[in-house]
Amino acid sequence: MSEAIEPVGDKARLDTPPSVLREFWHYFSENRGAVIGLTIFLLLVAAAIAAPLLAPYSPTGQFRDALLKPPIWQEGADPRFLLGTDAVGRDILSRLIYGARFSLFIGTVVVILALVTGVILGLVAGYFGGWLDTGIMRVMDVILAFPSLLLALVLVAILGPGLMNAMIAIALVLQPHFVRLTRAAVMSERGRDYVTAARVAGAGRLRLMFVTILPNCLAPLIVQATLSFSTAILDAAALGFLGMGAQPPTPEWGTMLAEAREFILRAWWVVTFPGLMILITVLAINLTGDGLRDALDPKLKRS
Amino acid sequence: MSLLDIRNLTVEFRTAQGPFRAVDGVDLVVDQGEILSIVGESGSGKSVAMLATMGLLPWTATVTADRMAFDGHDLLTMSRRERRRIVGRDMAMIFQEPMTSLNPCFTVGFQIKETLRYHLGLDRKAAHERAVELMRQVGIPEPERRLSAFPHQMSGGMSQRCMIAMALACKPKLLIADEPTTALDVTIQAQILDLLVGLQRDSGMGLVLITHDMGVVAETAERVVVQYAGQQVEQQDVKALFEDPHHPYTAALLAALPERATSKELPSIPGVVPGQGDRPTGCLFNPRCRFATDHCRKVVPPHASSEMGRALCHYPLRHGVPTGHPAHMEAAS
Amino acid sequence: MLSFFLRRLLLLIPTFIGVSIVSFAFIRLLPGDPIMLMAGERGMSAERYLELQHQFGYDRPLVVQYLDYLWGVLQGDLGQSIVTKRPVLQEFFTLFPATLELSLCAITIAVAIGVPAGVLAAVKRGSFLDQAIMGTALVGYSMPIFWWGLLLIILFSGVLGWTPVSGRISLMFFFPPVTGFMLIDSLLSGQAGAFRSALSHLVLPSIVLATIPLAVIARQTRSAMLEVLSEDYVRTARAKGLPSRRVVGLHALRNALIPVITTIGLQVGVLLAGAILTETIFSWPGIGKWMVDSVFRRDYPVIQGGLLIIAGIIMLVNLLVDVLYGLVNPRIRHAR
Repeated sequence: MSEAIEPVGDKARLDTPPSVLREFWHYFSENRGAVIGLTIFLLLVAAAIAAPLLAPYSPTGQFRDALLKPPIWQEGADPRFLLGTDAVGRDILSRLIYGARFSLFIGTVVVILALVTGVILGLVAGYFGGWLDTGIMRVMDVILAFPSLLLALVLVAILGPGLMNAMIAIALVLQPHFVRLTRAAVMSERGRDYVTAARVAGAGRLRLMFVTILPNCLAPLIVQATLSFSTAILDAAALGFLGMGAQPPTPEWGTMLAEAREFILRAWWVVTFPGLMILITVLAINLTGDGLRDALDPKLKRS
Repeated sequence: MSLLDIRNLTVEFRTAQGPFRAVDGVDLVVDQGEILSIVGESGSGKSVAMLATMGLLPWTATVTADRMAFDGHDLLTMSRRERRRIVGRDMAMIFQEPMTSLNPCFTVGFQIKETLRYHLGLDRKAAHERAVELMRQVGIPEPERRLSAFPHQMSGGMSQRCMIAMALACKPKLLIADEPTTALDVTIQAQILDLLVGLQRDSGMGLVLITHDMGVVAETAERVVVQYAGQQVEQQDVKALFEDPHHPYTAALLAALPERATSKELPSIPGVVPGQGDRPTGCLFNPRCRFATDHCRKVVPPHASSEMGRALCHYPLRHGVPTGHPAHMEAAS
Repeated sequence: MLSFFLRRLLLLIPTFIGVSIVSFAFIRLLPGDPIMLMAGERGMSAERYLELQHQFGYDRPLVVQYLDYLWGVLQGDLGQSIVTKRPVLQEFFTLFPATLELSLCAITIAVAIGVPAGVLAAVKRGSFLDQAIMGTALVGYSMPIFWWGLLLIILFSGVLGWTPVSGRISLMFFFPPVTGFMLIDSLLSGQAGAFRSALSHLVLPSIVLATIPLAVIARQTRSAMLEVLSEDYVRTARAKGLPSRRVVGLHALRNALIPVITTIGLQVGVLLAGAILTETIFSWPGIGKWMVDSVFRRDYPVIQGGLLIIAGIIMLVNLLVDVLYGLVNPRIRHAR
């Protein structure tokens, strides 16, 4: 059967190759879920940037006359607050909009931290090999031997509760994945002809590592970065929920959930909305990630 | 009554770029005790036609035919359940890659006995005895021990023998062999071919041999069908075909055989089999045919008469000369 | 096979030493002095402080302290909880059955639903069913499970009143732990309604804990099945005229399970991380809650010991998964 489909590829090769970006978009846009995910994600980014314009009230402003008001469609609602208020009379909608800033900020910072350190360590381990490689990989094994959330929890306990420390802890537990990916890619690329050619042409070590080899391992790294982005948001929210992440009154979604826990049976909305935002954000990123994976590298079409 | 009777078989695949016709109006008749060979390059749809007969195509394929009958049963109208009773029992198939065609998780014995128990309802003991007998029949030494071997513990030739044993388990009336020797070492190829021909002779089953190797055809087949780009371009007895090919494609294939080469350099056929996007108008072979005229490029050729091997050509060859071809007409007159 | 096992076991030693160093070092880095913490509000004199420091060995060089600790670990001594004064290992063994019961239930749910769902999605690839299953799986995979737990509590405990909110069994029942598994112990106790109570306490936490593993297993099963279904040997099985049930359920699934088993093994880490959140939400007295509580109480020996034990469990399970992988994959089982 493969022989019947084979010639299609020949045809594509005969045509002038479309630009890499256009080809990527072609494959990406074929995946309806990915486009939806990306759209939602972009909307969230827009909401985060425009938070002061969109939010009706300050995220920390308290309305003493409106405590635990239900959303507008329920009986006893206060028409000023679309999604109701929390136990100290803050507008939930405003807090949710500002919360997007935190989640996206967390994701971005964690991914950059984990990606940069992970890629550098992976490049070093894969390129130099030997004891340096063994040493780095053993340390990564050790980090991976702990459940990531537990390790992050203890790390935050050491560094002291807070958003910044939570991000550092999460970045630390996520970076072994980048190290492993980069190392594996470097080891397989190192022996290729184009690398030898670059070396013969006199390229320096750093140039070889970053300019010659690295761009060829980008696809799996981008996919891993997307996955890490959503994991970071989830873990940060979990730490916030456990009281070890962002501290009240920060309108971080996980922290909001922690504050709302005691009201779960009395005021469903204070619990439901922050979690829903986490789910929607993470889902949007994961949808995008699935699309990215399929579009960037068919070989990665696993799990 | 013929064993297998196929009229105007067409198979289309749904692809992202629209439908792709892999088999286009193929007729095929196989009689009991006959060896029919289907020849063609990769992409000529020869395997697809047989997979369609077995009902093994993926769901993206649409199979249509005027007639598709096996041993008096109409394969087109029968239920999937009824068809499963024929497939694997009366009509069996072996494949190109013996190493990947056996399930790596089960022993060879399990895989052979499975067929016996499912189709013939043999009990453990009877199935075991029959399996040993089959293994011996296909020339596997120490059959008892080999039955408990896993596929990865065997060589390619051994695996193909096991595949044959499995196919023969229920004494099929028709065996379809899809490039059974392509993936094997040259020395093993001849052994497997001899085995197949020997088994066919002993049992009197029909054998369809799909191959791209004209040498294999010459050694084994009685009748030959030549396929090109999903179409049947010629059909002849093997001797006649080698003596006087009527389609330019057949002629080119034969000329490409090393033992028939006349010059120092081996002639090859320029170009490749057309794919989905570059199907030519008129005769599908015209871009690669040295006799092609404007007429060939515009008009779809009809099948020639049976004496001319039903060649799908405007100017079927007779002893290497295209009949009715304008250039040769002038030369003749 | 045995040498394979032993070789893998040897490879774990450096990792285990690394893990012990990390868990030891963490505690030294934690802010707050354990001895001051023990003293509590009352404070203590300088002499008493030094005396205690000497008693706990905190005045010795770090390397000596570490080796001493490692030596203790090898003898099964993980120190003593500052808060309860009980040995860490003993505390662990009292609480572990609760986590194990919860995790086993969760993984059973995850496998029992995830594998068939993945197979179904693969077989009906591209259909509405496939999209529905994979969409649900992606939602599950993206789920903040602490919120999911709260939602289920709102619905089943709050609105419907079907299930209790927290704990392992109603306070009405008491019986001594025999196996540590509440489901079994409640049956053994012979008390009417005890089993029902234990079960109703177990349902929600199990579902919450199963969510992410279930999604991961369903996704992995689908992709493994898709790969396997296009293999030549599946075509061979079809060519034998076997019914679809047998082709998919035996010939394909048997092969697809090989990578899925690895995935299932990897869920142990996910389960233990999930237990931290699930047990906190449902006040489930297991090691997840134990760790969270200890972090808040700054109970250093417990954090230290808990980290070490949990990492040890994960490493051991991964080893077992490797062995199991070899057992189900004939190509490895019969190598050499």
